[in-house]
Amino acid sequence: MSLTVPVGSDHQLARLLQIGIVLEEVVEARAAKHAHDSATDLSDEVRAMLEDAVEESADHRDRLEDLVDELDAETVPFEEIEALVEAQYESADDFDGVLYDQLCNEETAYKFYDDLIEAVEASNVQFGIDRDRLVETLAAIREEEADGVEEVTQLMEDRR
Amino acid sequence: MNTADQYLKAIYLIQQIEDGPASTGDLADRLDVSPASANEMIGKLEENGLAEHEKYKGVSLSDDGIVRARDALQNYCIIERFLVEVLEVEDFRGEARQLESVIDETVAERLDTIIDRDPKCPDCFDPEDDVCGLLEVPAAADD
Repeated sequence: MSLTVPVGSDHQLARLLQIGIVLEEVVEARAAKHAHDSATDLSDEVRAMLEDAVEESADHRDRLEDLVDELDAETVPFEEIEALVEAQYESADDFDGVLYDQLCNEETAYKFYDDLIEAVEASNVQFGIDRDRLVETLAAIREEEADGVEEVTQLMEDRR
Repeated sequence: MNTADQYLKAIYLIQQIEDGPASTGDLADRLDVSPASANEMIGKLEENGLAEHEKYKGVSLSDDGIVRARDALQNYCIIERFLVEVLEVEDFRGEARQLESVIDETVAERLDTIIDRDPKCPDCFDPEDDVCGLLEVPAAADD
C-alpha cells in the first residue's frame, strides 16, 4: 500500500542533493535580502542572526556541492537562484514577517534533511559515495538547522 | 507527501478524467500498485471520511478529500514546475513521481518562492497529460 520510494540510485540521490542546494540558496538569498532590506526596521540582534544564516547556508551549500561533485552531477549556480528569488521577492511587511520567514526557512531545511536521511537509510543501494559520510554530513547539517529553529523561536519569544 | 495524499490525488485526477467515480483497477494502474493494496487504502480513506466507495462503481472523494487532494496536486505541480524551470529536467514527470514522497509540503512551499506558478493552480492541471496545462515544456531540455 505504501508508495514511499527509497532513494534508488545515484541519479536520484544527486537530484535530492541538488534540491537541498537550491533550498540553501533560497535561504541564503532571502536572508540576505531581509538583512539588507531598508524597508524593514530590524534590531541589531535580528540582523546579526540573518547574517549568520547567510553564512551558514553558504557553508551547507559547499558541503552538499562536494557530495554532488562526487556523484558526477552538476549544481545550479547561486547567481541563478539569487535572480529567481529577486524576481519573486516581496519585502516582509514588518519585523515579525522577517522572523516568520526565517523560521520557515530553518524549519523547511530541517524537514528536508530529516526526510532525506530517512529515505537514504531505507535504501539498499550501493551509492557512488560513502554512505556513512553521506548520512553524517546530512545529519550534521540537520542539527544546525534545528539550532537555527531554536534561535529564531527564541528571538520571537523575546519579542512577546 | 504521504501515501494517503498520493492516493487522494490519483482518485481526484481519475474522477476528472472519467467524470465519475474512480475504479479500483484504474487507481491501482495509475499508482502502479496491486488492486488489493488500492482497496486497503480506499478502506482507510473511507474510515477517515475522505472518500466513499460504492460497489461496482468505484470510489469518490468527499469534500474533505477533495480539499486534501487539491493540496497534494498543488504540491505535485510545484515539484514538476521546479524540475522544468530550475533544474531543466527532461523526464520531469517520472522524477516528480519519484520525488513526491520525499518532498514535504513545507519544502514545496519554499521551492514555490522561485517558480512562476499561475494563481489558479491546480485547476490548470491536465490529468491525462499529467502536467500543468500552462507549463511550457522545452522540446529538448538538458537533464
